[in-house]
Amino acid sequence: MNKIGKQTLLYKNKPCLLGGYAVVGPKEGQGNFGKYFQTVLKDDLFGENSYEAAESKMMQTSFYGAVDDAGIRNVDVDVFVAGDLMNQIVSSSFAARSFDVPYLGMFGACSTMAESMLVGAALVDGGFARIVACATASHFSSVEKQFRYPLELGTQRPPTSQWTVTAAGCSILSEHGSNIIVESSTIGKVVDWDVKDVNNMGAAMAPAAVETLKAHLSDMGRSPDEYDLILTGDLGKLGSEILFDLAEYNGIKLGNNYCDCGQMMYTNEQKTFMGGSGCGCIASVINSYVLSRMRKGELRNVLLIATGALMSTTSSQQGNSIPCIAHAVVLKRRD
Amino acid sequence: MFDITSYIITFLIGGAICLVGQILIITTKITSARILVTFLLLGVVLEGIGLFEPIKDFAGSGVTVPIIGFGASLAKGAIEAGASEGVLGIFTGGLSATAGGLAAAILGGFIFGVLCNSKTKK
Amino acid sequence: MEDNTRNARYNAYVESKMAKTKPWPSLFRAFWVGGLICILGEVIKDCAILWFGVEEEAAGTWELMILIVLAAFLTGVGIFDKIGAYAGAGTIVPITGFSNSIASPAIEFKREGVIFGLMAKMFVIAGPVIVSGVCASVLVGLIHILL
Repeated sequence: MNKIGKQTLLYKNKPCLLGGYAVVGPKEGQGNFGKYFQTVLKDDLFGENSYEAAESKMMQTSFYGAVDDAGIRNVDVDVFVAGDLMNQIVSSSFAARSFDVPYLGMFGACSTMAESMLVGAALVDGGFARIVACATASHFSSVEKQFRYPLELGTQRPPTSQWTVTAAGCSILSEHGSNIIVESSTIGKVVDWDVKDVNNMGAAMAPAAVETLKAHLSDMGRSPDEYDLILTGDLGKLGSEILFDLAEYNGIKLGNNYCDCGQMMYTNEQKTFMGGSGCGCIASVINSYVLSRMRKGELRNVLLIATGALMSTTSSQQGNSIPCIAHAVVLKRRD
Repeated sequence: MFDITSYIITFLIGGAICLVGQILIITTKITSARILVTFLLLGVVLEGIGLFEPIKDFAGSGVTVPIIGFGASLAKGAIEAGASEGVLGIFTGGLSATAGGLAAAILGGFIFGVLCNSKTKK
Repeated sequence: MEDNTRNARYNAYVESKMAKTKPWPSLFRAFWVGGLICILGEVIKDCAILWFGVEEEAAGTWELMILIVLAAFLTGVGIFDKIGAYAGAGTIVPITGFSNSIASPAIEFKREGVIFGLMAKMFVIAGPVIVSGVCASVLVGLIHILL
């Protein structure tokens, strides 16, 4: 068995992270991670005639970029594992049309990147694939249209709201060829603590993050300070403060090594209130910032926890609370 | 005409109505569609109980520009046509009285919808 | 049962964590922008009466129609949402908000086609306003006939 404890997968054959690529929109390019992103778009329509098409093209671009970065060819990819936030994950499926590569669609809302990497690493580890590409994408304008209001509607965004990140990220996982390995991962459970406010996703997702963190640490028998960096996906400012408190309540002391991609994504001047959200958020940070710092050896041991809110517009209009999930993946430098 | 005092009254009353709307948004987190419906119904009720006309005489555009005025016109049309034409009037009166605004809104929405594209927020 | 108490405690905790923003600036912004739009309306009405010899009642209709088309135009060129983000209810409550709520989905959904996109989605936000207004006015008219 490659399973440890109740929820954690330990990859014995050490699948590795061969390459990665991030494509982001102009606003993200001006944010805190701006200099790490490989491609920053000047126009977030990306030459397409709809934001949905632009999102799909961003994912395609990140795929080709990652393939290039890994030094392989498209045809070397055995499986493309991807997801996004659009209904029926059309952005991913439409992107996969042009690759001529077997495809698995994933949905875990904003946790999709961790979910894809977790499944991708398992495929490689189990010998079912040599090379797997994992990708997610999100786009501010397509998400606003689907989940919130028309862009031109003159309303104020609530102070607890987050800004959906316009970004796509793709990782190439392989049997060998790199010293950054996917060491283990933890599959999260759906957690719902009855938060109903769709403008306060951070608060809804924080309990899921803490449950997965708790399960991961206890399954692996570790403490948080064994990691150089613990990175959550898009809890935002409020959500990450809540995670801090909840972790402490559960006897887990998070220190300076804890950080949230959503909170870090934008500068204060960019007025995004609680920070970034969306499944492209952690995907773009993993494949730019985390990857480049791990290659340099500045980071050796990174715990990624991507959180997702599993509601739809219908479910929240019908008054349901927001079920959430979090998956964890550990990247480790081995030399 | 072009009377400064009446402009000041218009400003104060119109501003105050919007301020109440903003208080509702902050305290109850209601969305803009609900704000519009709430104020429109308020206008219908005010007209129905005969309070709107005296307010309008005093505040002018201060109450007719907010969507309260739109609701009041609907109700006023229905009441007046009901009085002159009977039951048929209560069905035709409201929309007839507001037809200009509705047609302008629909036509404006259509024309600019065809001409313009949505732009991403920065 | 245990879960319910935990959830209630958690939601109360979240509520207490939420940053309390000062309401005064946004109230003031809603007030002055809203007031200004009403003055603009009044000026339009006065001009119509004085220069074009329009009657009082018709001038009121012209006033609303001009504000509505102006708001639809500002929505189309992408300025209205910025004013709205600044003023909040200051632009939603005046008739400009109604116009914006029709024009903005029309623009947003036109990629889905003229019939099922632009025309159908035009009323996603304004529809409830028209429905509630018409129903309520018929009811009020009926009450007045019966009394």
